[in-house]
Amino acid sequence: MAVIELKNITFTYNKNTPSAVCALDHVSLKIDGAADGITGLIGHTGSGKSTLVQMLNGLLKPDEGQVILDGTDIWAEPKKIRDVRFKAGLVMQYPEYQLFAETVREDIAFGPKNMGLTGDELNTRVLEAAKFSGLAPELLDKSPFELSGGQKRRAALAGVMAMQPKILILDEPAAGLDPVGRRDILGGIRQYAGESSTTVIIVSHSMEDMAMYCDKLVVMADAKVLMHRTCAEVFSEYQELISVGLDVPQITRIAAALAENGADIGADIYTVDYAVKQLLKKL
Amino acid sequence: MQKNPIIKAEHLTFSYPGDSESKPVRALDDVSFEIEEGSFTAILGHNGSGKSTLAKLLCMVNYPDSGKLFLCGKDLTDPDVTDEDILAARRDIGMVFQNPDNQIVASIVEEDVAFGCENLGIPSAEIRKRVDQALEQVGMTKHARSSPHNLSGGQKQRIAIAGVIAMKRKCVIFDESTAMLDPLGRQDVMNTAMKLNREDGITVILITHYMSEAALADRIIVMDHGKILRDGTPSEVFSDPEAMWDAGLDVPQTTELLYKMRQAGLDVRLDLFDVNDCAAEIARAIKRARGGK
Amino acid sequence: MKADITFGQYCEGNSLIHRLDPRMKIVLSILYIVAIFLAKGVTSFALLILSAVLLVGLTGLSPAMILRGMRPLLFIIVFTAVINIFWMTGDVLLVQLGPVKIYLEGIINAILIVVRIVLLIVATSVFLTYTTTPLALTDGLEQLLSPLKKLHVPVHEFSMMMTIALRFIPTLIDETQKIMNAQKARGADFSTGSLLQRAKALIPILIPLFISAFRRADELATAMECRCYTGGEGRTRMNVLRSTAKDWLFLLAILLLGTAIVLLNTYFPLYGLTL
Repeated sequence: MAVIELKNITFTYNKNTPSAVCALDHVSLKIDGAADGITGLIGHTGSGKSTLVQMLNGLLKPDEGQVILDGTDIWAEPKKIRDVRFKAGLVMQYPEYQLFAETVREDIAFGPKNMGLTGDELNTRVLEAAKFSGLAPELLDKSPFELSGGQKRRAALAGVMAMQPKILILDEPAAGLDPVGRRDILGGIRQYAGESSTTVIIVSHSMEDMAMYCDKLVVMADAKVLMHRTCAEVFSEYQELISVGLDVPQITRIAAALAENGADIGADIYTVDYAVKQLLKKL
Repeated sequence: MQKNPIIKAEHLTFSYPGDSESKPVRALDDVSFEIEEGSFTAILGHNGSGKSTLAKLLCMVNYPDSGKLFLCGKDLTDPDVTDEDILAARRDIGMVFQNPDNQIVASIVEEDVAFGCENLGIPSAEIRKRVDQALEQVGMTKHARSSPHNLSGGQKQRIAIAGVIAMKRKCVIFDESTAMLDPLGRQDVMNTAMKLNREDGITVILITHYMSEAALADRIIVMDHGKILRDGTPSEVFSDPEAMWDAGLDVPQTTELLYKMRQAGLDVRLDLFDVNDCAAEIARAIKRARGGK
Repeated sequence: MKADITFGQYCEGNSLIHRLDPRMKIVLSILYIVAIFLAKGVTSFALLILSAVLLVGLTGLSPAMILRGMRPLLFIIVFTAVINIFWMTGDVLLVQLGPVKIYLEGIINAILIVVRIVLLIVATSVFLTYTTTPLALTDGLEQLLSPLKKLHVPVHEFSMMMTIALRFIPTLIDETQKIMNAQKARGADFSTGSLLQRAKALIPILIPLFISAFRRADELATAMECRCYTGGEGRTRMNVLRSTAKDWLFLLAILLLGTAIVLLNTYFPLYGLTL
């Protein structure tokens, strides 16, 4: 069953003013549960992907259409929109800039406390979230402002994970990190998705990262969903992606160039290791 | 043509003072190098490798604990150095920072480009000329009267670059200037940086953790634990992917593929960064291997 | 999505008034305000209204827009009018309802006071807010006050502060929105609860906002230093303010207006304002 279902969503910023911009234009989308792996959301800046993300947890209300999470329309009872935020956890871009509490522990507990949790349950959740996000327990009693950049990012991530949302949406979780930092945080998210059966959606500009860590991709262009297929299927539409201002992993371009040089290994190449495997078959 | 080093560092050491509990953190440890005038150098390194500390030393925000630092031939670590000397060096070396927002001073694009020239006390008519030309060079003329707030990250970085051009600086340091941008913005900034170097002969130092950007440089310096780990052309540096991975870095996917194919027994070169060159090399090697059978 | 912020009320334009030297515009608006306060009689007010209509016409802006700009001050205007109508006593009693007495003088006074407030708003809008960018105003003010530098008044520093504030206000507004969204995503509730609870709910926004503002200030200071900023001394400007013949003509016109008002007050007031 689809965990997330968007039905015909339309949204316009600055509606009825000269600067009106249509960010989502009759978008329909179904995203399946955790068993179907991580969904990546790609699209150039201004394609509507950030707007879509804010639709999912009710930060923005669609002008038209329905957002259905787990079978219920989130705007059926507008007063209960806060509960939707606990169900669909959103980690915004550069989330370390939202840290505020005196200790890391208190900061992580902010979300679950807002849910009304206290005592042992709250404690367990904080510890579990810290573990999942890769934050060492001894850091919990430090001030969040004493942490390094990467640790702050993890603390912010833990703050959302501690709400144990059924759906976890991450906007550029690896932005600004070095290769190892990227690998650690994205690998950690992948492991979390598998172990906690959370439906995870990652928004990113890095095609290489998307190819490595996502199973399915949603491609947005000009306020519409252009494609929603597996990584292999999406990246084999190389020309179409380029035409909407997106890129493909470098390895996909190498595969295309190989085909031109008489060593065709298929268009569905998007990781180096798979390319090596296919190339070795040629020998 | 004889090229002089615009920057010369000899045994630079720098530590951040620790707080009461922790020891001082050594960020740079006996670092020596020279940057030739007109060159394009990339500095790679994982977070905390010392590359940003190095940038802060080069723009004189921090001063080294020991060692010597020559900028444009002047020893800035000399105890007798005057404020005028520092200002003179600053005049020649510009920075483009990571956060595009936090380096723009004025609320109108052209006023911001003029800011540096105004500080130098250049006559008004000359500033006007330079600003118009600099905006033209980075392709932002039509935004001259816009508010920077309404520009994209890539455009904001180009404004910062225009400011550097208008001051007629000899050297620009890009301190992770593309880290917060989307792919188009990154492309924008990289193209402008390349043009600055190739066409105007401005020395470019690019601090980054994108391997694909570093591959465009003439020379790569790899930092690790406050020391220089590797220093050479992109071909030389990337030809040892294991060492790069050990230093918490990466190599372009072209190199990774070539390296893995070589490990599988295929006879290929490693120093190809262009997608087409790389594909051609592999196709050739496969043909050869098949022919040999 | 960027917040659409037109800071201040500057309206793009290329009218005669738009092109006046901002320094002169500051001087002109001060003189015009003096003229407004000098006006006492009905005739002098009529002359002022005439001049205001002329000025609005010269800006090329729609009068409706300028009137709309008064909306936030509507309460003050109505309040002063009501006070004058009900509390002012005079010779000609018009209406008496129990203890409430309304005199003709009260009504005329109320009208004149309202006209005075409206004129004040029109004058500042026409010369300053609508036709001069905040940046130009800051520059104008800095150069007007530059003689004070000799008395060690930090005129340049003040104007630099203003410039940076103008630059960063929209950025910080965007940032506030982002942080609010981030905390809302963690279930923060800003709209219900007692006053104390709501004030407490702002902490998760204010702390990150302050920290971010300090970080920005720190980075900006470094960037300015790297761009050779060493304070106001020895600095030149790209856009030098120049007064031309039209600026002086405007000055002359306003001075004549002031003189005319004084003369009308003295010799032909028709009815004088008592306040």
